[in-house]
Amino acid sequence: MAMAEATSIHAPEKVEKSKGYWSGVGHRLVRDPLTMFCLAVIAALILSAVFAPYLGLADPYKGSMIARLKPIGAPGYPLGTDEQGRDMLARLIYGGRLTLFIGLMPVVIAFFAGSILGITAGYVGGLTNTIIMRTVDVFFAFPSVLLAIAISGALGAGIVNSLVSLTIVFIPPITRVAEAVTSGVRKLDYIDAARASGASAWTVIRVHVIGNVLSPIFVYATSLTSVCMILAAGLSFLGIGVRPPEPEWGLMLNTLRSVIYVNPWLSALPGVMIFVTSLCLNLLSDGLRSAMNVRD
Amino acid sequence: MSVTDTYQPLPDTGGPAQPLIRVSGLQKYFPVRGGILGRTQAKVQAVDGVSFEVKKGETLGIVGESGCGKSTTAKLLIGLVEKDKGEIVFDGHALGERLSLKDLRRGVQMVFQDSYATLNPRLTILDSVAFGAKVQGLDNPEDLARKMMDRVGLDPDRFAHRYPHELSGGQRQRVNIARALAMSPRLVVLDEAVSALDKSVEAQVLNLLNDLREEFGLTYVFISHDLNVVRYISDRILVMYLGEVVEVAPVESIWHEQAHPYTRSLFSAMPSMDPDNRTKEPPLAGDPPNPINPPSGCRFHTRCRFASAVCREAVPKLSGLARNGDHMVACHLHDAESGHPKAGQGVPE
Repeated sequence: MAMAEATSIHAPEKVEKSKGYWSGVGHRLVRDPLTMFCLAVIAALILSAVFAPYLGLADPYKGSMIARLKPIGAPGYPLGTDEQGRDMLARLIYGGRLTLFIGLMPVVIAFFAGSILGITAGYVGGLTNTIIMRTVDVFFAFPSVLLAIAISGALGAGIVNSLVSLTIVFIPPITRVAEAVTSGVRKLDYIDAARASGASAWTVIRVHVIGNVLSPIFVYATSLTSVCMILAAGLSFLGIGVRPPEPEWGLMLNTLRSVIYVNPWLSALPGVMIFVTSLCLNLLSDGLRSAMNVRD
Repeated sequence: MSVTDTYQPLPDTGGPAQPLIRVSGLQKYFPVRGGILGRTQAKVQAVDGVSFEVKKGETLGIVGESGCGKSTTAKLLIGLVEKDKGEIVFDGHALGERLSLKDLRRGVQMVFQDSYATLNPRLTILDSVAFGAKVQGLDNPEDLARKMMDRVGLDPDRFAHRYPHELSGGQRQRVNIARALAMSPRLVVLDEAVSALDKSVEAQVLNLLNDLREEFGLTYVFISHDLNVVRYISDRILVMYLGEVVEVAPVESIWHEQAHPYTRSLFSAMPSMDPDNRTKEPPLAGDPPNPINPPSGCRFHTRCRFASAVCREAVPKLSGLARNGDHMVACHLHDAESGHPKAGQGVPE
């Protein structure tokens, strides 16, 4: 071969092995300081929520009539106390457990359900696509907040019902994105080439479709987590999510609302937590999007 | 052990006289949907009644202008597009009767035009090449893939773990050839396989294809719009116009005499290196007619200089020339009983 001759003229160069896709993504992520910072904040929030009982915090349920509405920085109460005299720091950290759980779980479940529906619709096409996508379209007729409130209201208050209603809210948009990406990939020649090798539809999807559609769907789902957290907090705020006395950021925002003229900084704290978490999740999803772009 | 020993093609049935693939009356109409309910409004007659056969070990070149149904024919041959009507017989076994689609794809493989789009960007070259062999359950697919990469001129140690975007166009097309051959096919459909390559790389790949044909006893269906390339690699040439076969002939015969007026225009549009050999034929005017509603009778009559009343009414049959039965043409000029004023005289100068 002419090519082989051309390369053998040079001294045998060291063969550099191509790096895998995910190690490349990791490499690009590490060199993005903003994304790494956001990742650290999210990780700190999740870890502190998970290990809250071991942090030596005050009891988040124990109130005190004499220690009500202590300001931020009061001795013994680094972030003050709420309207029932409960330690705010403990309640904010314990509150992260429920808030993050209700904020992330629906998106995780909707990511799997939506991906399965969307990839099926996009790959099979035809009547299957019409049935799945038109059904999904029905949910787009309602604004997501309204839909979450309607389903939660119908099912009744409670953590499980909030999870169910939020999952239902997020399946349609993820299905939409999955279907759009899959039907784009479906038209490419490498899918034809794979089908031409005699592979079954499932093998083609497993080897050739999933790897190429999952990262855009994943990035989109990450951007939904912040919306989901805000919706979950909103449900609790309206009283159809988590019930008192459970610490939860949305619920805390609601109960502290009444003291906004007495101690405004205190009542802003749960809002700050929601804001920081959702901002970090959004920035993280932007960083992931650019890190997952192979050709840069 | 050389790569030839690891080649595991389907066994030959019926001996050398039986054509490797025979298609008859192949038809594919694509529906055009529209309106609120998405009803079929019209049908694009992409391939209409195409029949031909390819002998074992021969290369059949298919030429024609864009949109004449070349690529659809290629995809029909490997079952990527489902046929509406017609029969595909691979080595004596008809598809759908004694031959399953998966078995057809074991015997027939395809190399596409766009070398980049045909490779999964997330798979390494080795995974791409070995995929088909794994699916078909061949022995040692990865070993086979490495040997086949080596055979097409890609050092497996250097390229096996690379990704498609790290390769050049020529290297990628070698990967595609290796991928097709890793399934040990007997027939390879090359759909504009060298059209996107530089001239120098194109020549290398053409030579490689010729070598591979000898080594593995392959049969090719070679689709191209470049007549010189088709002449170089083919034994016979098939000319298509608007979804129909207008002429089939051995290369030297058709190079000597183009029996169909369309073939003649196609050949005269080919630039010549010789300044004395100027084109005398007037160029074809206009675009090909719409395949949704093709012309009646002979589909070429709207652009043919020699068209007469009979051409608008009767569909010409594909039949051998009087002096050379291997040279088949579908034109009333060659049929003495057609009723054309100049019937039986061949194409006038």
